[in-house]
Parts: sequence; C-alpha cells; structure tokens
Amino acid sequence: MTNNLLTVKDLTMRFGGLLAVNGVDLEVKEKQIVSVIGPNGAGKTTVFNCVSGFYIPTAGSVIFQGKELRGKPGHLIAREGMVRTFQNVRLFKEMTVIENLLVAQHMHAEHSLLKGFFMTPGFKKSEQELMDRAAHWLERVGLLEFANREAGNLAYGQQRRLEIARCMVTEPKLLMLDEPAAGLNPNETKALDELIVQLRDEQGISILLIEHDMGLVMGISDQIYVVNQGEPLAAGTPAEIQGNPEVIKAYLGEE
Amino acid sequence: MSRVTSAFVAALITLVLGGFLLGMSLTSEGINLVVEASSTGKITFLFVGVVLVFLLQLFREQVGRFTTKMRSDERMELPGFLRTPQQQRVWTMFVIIGLLIFPFLSSRGAVDIATLTLIYVMLGLGLNVVVGLAGLLDLGYVGFYAVGAYTYALLNMYFGVSFWVALPIAGGLAALFGFLLGFPVLRLRGDYLAIVTLGFGEIIRILLNNWTELTGGPNGIARIPKPTLFGLEFSRRPSEEGATTFHEFFGIGYSSEYKVMFLYLMALVLVLITVYVIRRLIRMPIGRAWEALREDDIACRSLGLNPTSIKLGAFTIGASFAGFAGSFFAARQGFISPESFTFIESAIILAIVVLGGMGSQLGVILAAIAMTVLPELAREFDEYRMLLFGLMMVLMMIWRPQGLLPMKRPHLELKRD
Repeated sequence: MTNNLLTVKDLTMRFGGLLAVNGVDLEVKEKQIVSVIGPNGAGKTTVFNCVSGFYIPTAGSVIFQGKELRGKPGHLIAREGMVRTFQNVRLFKEMTVIENLLVAQHMHAEHSLLKGFFMTPGFKKSEQELMDRAAHWLERVGLLEFANREAGNLAYGQQRRLEIARCMVTEPKLLMLDEPAAGLNPNETKALDELIVQLRDEQGISILLIEHDMGLVMGISDQIYVVNQGEPLAAGTPAEIQGNPEVIKAYLGEE
Repeated sequence: MSRVTSAFVAALITLVLGGFLLGMSLTSEGINLVVEASSTGKITFLFVGVVLVFLLQLFREQVGRFTTKMRSDERMELPGFLRTPQQQRVWTMFVIIGLLIFPFLSSRGAVDIATLTLIYVMLGLGLNVVVGLAGLLDLGYVGFYAVGAYTYALLNMYFGVSFWVALPIAGGLAALFGFLLGFPVLRLRGDYLAIVTLGFGEIIRILLNNWTELTGGPNGIARIPKPTLFGLEFSRRPSEEGATTFHEFFGIGYSSEYKVMFLYLMALVLVLITVYVIRRLIRMPIGRAWEALREDDIACRSLGLNPTSIKLGAFTIGASFAGFAGSFFAARQGFISPESFTFIESAIILAIVVLGGMGSQLGVILAAIAMTVLPELAREFDEYRMLLFGLMMVLMMIWRPQGLLPMKRPHLELKRD
C-alpha cells in the first residue's frame, strides 16, 4: 500500500534466549492514531525501541515513508520525522523549559560556528525562529507561563506535556508516545486526550501510542494492535478489539 | 562507646601507625641495619599529630557542623556590584585595562609568572570545554598541548616557519589530533574514556621522547625563536642580515624587559580571545547540545541529536585551545622537551577545572591563578609543596566539592512584550 506512513513487518527481537517480540506487524496511515496495547511485559516498549532505532531488531523490516530504517541509529530515524517520548519522562531537568525546546530543534538550528561567533544577522534570525517555534508550542500545551523555569521543577503532568511539546518542535510526521497517560489524574488524562486528537486533526501528523488507559485508547484510536507475550494477538478498530474473545482472554484470563 | 573512648582509640591507632613510620628510623652500622628512635623533632611531630587526632575525634560533632555549614551555602553569590550585565561589563573593562597596564608597573619576574599563569588559564579554559561543558573526562589533555608546542618547534626548525604562521597550524593540528582520537574513543563512557585519553597523553610523550631523529628525543628542541611584532624582533641584534629589531625601529635603548612585556600582552590577547570564543559557544546551539548531552544522551538521540558528533565537537575545540597554548609555550620558553608534557601537567590542568567549578569560566580563571601563583609564593616550602597541594585538594573536596565558583549557566530567557 502506498499511503502507509509506517509499515512494520514481521518484527522480531531476541535478547539471548529470550524472544521478546516475535513477528509483530504494524501499519500506520497518514493522520491516524494507532495504539499498541497488551498486558504488562507484552513487549510493547520493545517494539517501540526497535522501531525508533534504540534496539536493532533481530529480523523484520521497518519502512517509514517508503524508506527502510531497520538498523539505523536513533538520531537518524528521528531526523526522518519519527520522534518518541519515554515511559519515564526524560527531560533535561536542569535546563529551563524553553531551553528544552531549543535543544530539540538542534537539527533546524544554525550550526556554523563562525556565524555564531560574530552573531551575524542570519544566526540571530535562526535563533529567533527557534525561540518563536518553542513559544508557539509552549502556548499550545499551556506551559508558556513556565517558559523560564527549570524543567525539573514542573509538576509531573506538566513534564509529560513538555515532553510532547519537545517532540512537536522537531516537526515530526509520526509521534510515538510511550504511555503518555501514566501517572496522570483523570483531568490531565482528558486534556491529553484532546491534545492528541488535536495534533492529528490540526497538525496532520500520525500518532503511535502505547497506553494502558483503556478509556483513552478506545476513545481516540483509529486502529488498535494487541500484543501478548511478544506475539501479535489481534488488530482492528476499537469496536472489533472490544468484542474479540482472544483479547478478553489475554487480559482477564480464561473462565 | 563514649566520645572520649572513641577519641582515645583513634589517637592510639595514630600513635601505633605513626610510631612505625615516624618514631623509628633505620641506620646502618657496618653491614647491619639497626632500628633506632628517631630524632626528637620527628617524635614531637608524631605527638602533635596524635593530640590533633584526639581533639578532632573528641569534638567531631562541632567540626562536622562547621563543615556542613560551609558546604550548605551551595552557590557563592556574586557581590552586589556585579549583579547586572551593565555593571559586569564595566568591571570587565576595568579588569582588562588593569591587566593591560600591569606589566608597565611591576617587576620583570612578576610579569613572567603572570605570563605562565595566562598559559594555564588558557589550558584550563580549553579543558573546561571538554570536562566541564561536555562532561567528558579527558586525562590526556597535555598530549594536545605537546602537539601544539612541537608543531611550532619542528616547523621552525625544519622549515623556518615563523610563530604567527605556526600558531594557527598548531591549533589546527591539535584539533585534528583531537578529532582523530575522539572518533574511535568517544563511544566509551566515563572511566573508560579517561583511561584511553590518559594512554593517549602518554603515547604522545613517549613518541616525542623516542623519535630522536625528528624531535631530538629527551634533549628536546632548543633555540626556538620568540614571536615578532610585525617582523620586529625583540633581541639585541637582528638574527639575520636586513632584519630590524624592536628598539632600533622605535629608536629607543635596548631592554630585555620589552620582550617579557610583549609575551605577556600576547598571552593576554590569546586568553581574551579564548574567553570570548567559549562565552559565545555556550550560547550557541552546540553549547546547549553539550549541556543536554551531559544530562541525558538517550533523550538527545530521540530528538535527532547525534551524540558522537557533538562530543567530537567538544573534543576538537578543546584540543585546539591546547594547541594554541602549546605553540605559545614553545615560543615563550625557547626550549621544549618531552619533560614538559608529563601526566602531572594534565593532572594540574584538570585540578584547575575541578577547583574552579566545572563549566564556570570565572572559576577556572581564578583557579588557574591560584594553582600557578601559590606554588611560586610557596617556593620555600620546597618538597612540601606537593603535600600542601594534596591537602588543599582534600579540603576542597570536603568543603566545596562543587568548586570555587560553580557554574551558573546563562539561561536563555523567553522575552515577552
């Protein structure tokens, strides 16, 4: 299919004798929210790490915008337009909120050392653009008033939102969120829910989501993949997944 | 155990351990070795030590409270007149003017020490980029310093290249060495990187020591010419036919002090350029990336930053400063040998960075001054200098482990109208 943004085929990851992920397939189309769910330890994060280049998968292929990315290092994959967040928030805690977003735009920044030394108009303009884009995204996630605070001092929910903003300033095509609602209260989860849908509808990006919060997943996903013990279990729309006896069995056990 | 008993036990242990080391001495009588009691002086030392340990243990809580109080004031605030950028700028101007007129007011020896200090300031600032800003422990920094020094010395010896031409070549060559070394080793982290860089520093020194045909080996290279001022030499007579000397050109009497002053002013200019360049680097994308990489390199990778190339940038830039400092050192000394580039030099430069507070430019400058001027002042302590040095390090680690002036990184601020 041509309109697939991301196609993962037969992804397999083996750590020594442990088969963590076995033959997982994923498809993400343009402007789609796709979720990967499964019980704890099912290998969801391992799939994420393989796709985003933090692990080199043992077998399978990862095709993003028609390019094979399997085995490429993480930073090159990020430059292709596929960025991710982490299960445990990974901010630059001692830098300010705005600086977190400036660092994230490194690949868009003016790198010429000479231009920087002499502060040429081009350099200043480039820096100002980074600043503007950062401010824009801070406003979008409602953190503008905290711009000059140290990121480590933000409340947990705010840190989560900052991490998403930090991904968005890189102008990605696919945003991968690893349990974005973990540790959030119901209000914050609802706000996150709205933010994710907005990102899809207004920015036109696709989102690949790992989440345990079933309310969130069923409410916003266009497509859901279920993984159990490293094996693909089911795939389909939220309604199909909710009615799937295999899935219910994996989550709740057999009667 | 009460405090008195524990203090008593500690003092006893000191007495037993110290008794063997200080209280007895071996003398040879004919072919036999005889154990004798030491001189009274050493015995007095021993008992003073024992009493000191006893008292320290007895009043341990009070001492502990005192040290924690010193530690608790995390960051030394800048004094009031240095708070705003305008005030800072004015004071910086004053300091620079003061440094510029300093050589005309003081003795030749003082200017000479000041020049040496400036070389260390430059080395400290350069290493600070690698260790303080990018967080890469480099124990072989002196290797790049040696590359810079030998570049000028060898180019001059074989091709007669002048200092001003050799200076950029030395910086570039040291940077190239940094790049070549960094390429394979920057995958390593922490301790492993430290060991490899330590090895690199030693390899350079041993190579210079043994490649006798090229470098003169342990004999070093002598008669390296001093830098000139637009072709004017600072010697009594021109070195070659047709050249002009400084005093002839200006029609003033010859004085060897001009040369010393000129070297000092040159070092000052080099240091000021270094300070400015690094100040800019911190505020540029690459400076932000160094900071981010030090905090979390996985997050950096996930955002498309290439950790290896960013570290390589720090390594290369840091090395180039050592190259500049090295070629200036060669020109100032007029003689270099592998002796000047031993591991202890790396250790001193690293000590300057740690003492000053990692990443802090002002701290590093102050520490470099302390580390070069104090030993000069403490010359009469002779072999105890290293002991004092060690003591200072231990005390620093107890009281101010974050350094004299820990870095307060300039935060970029979002300004709203």
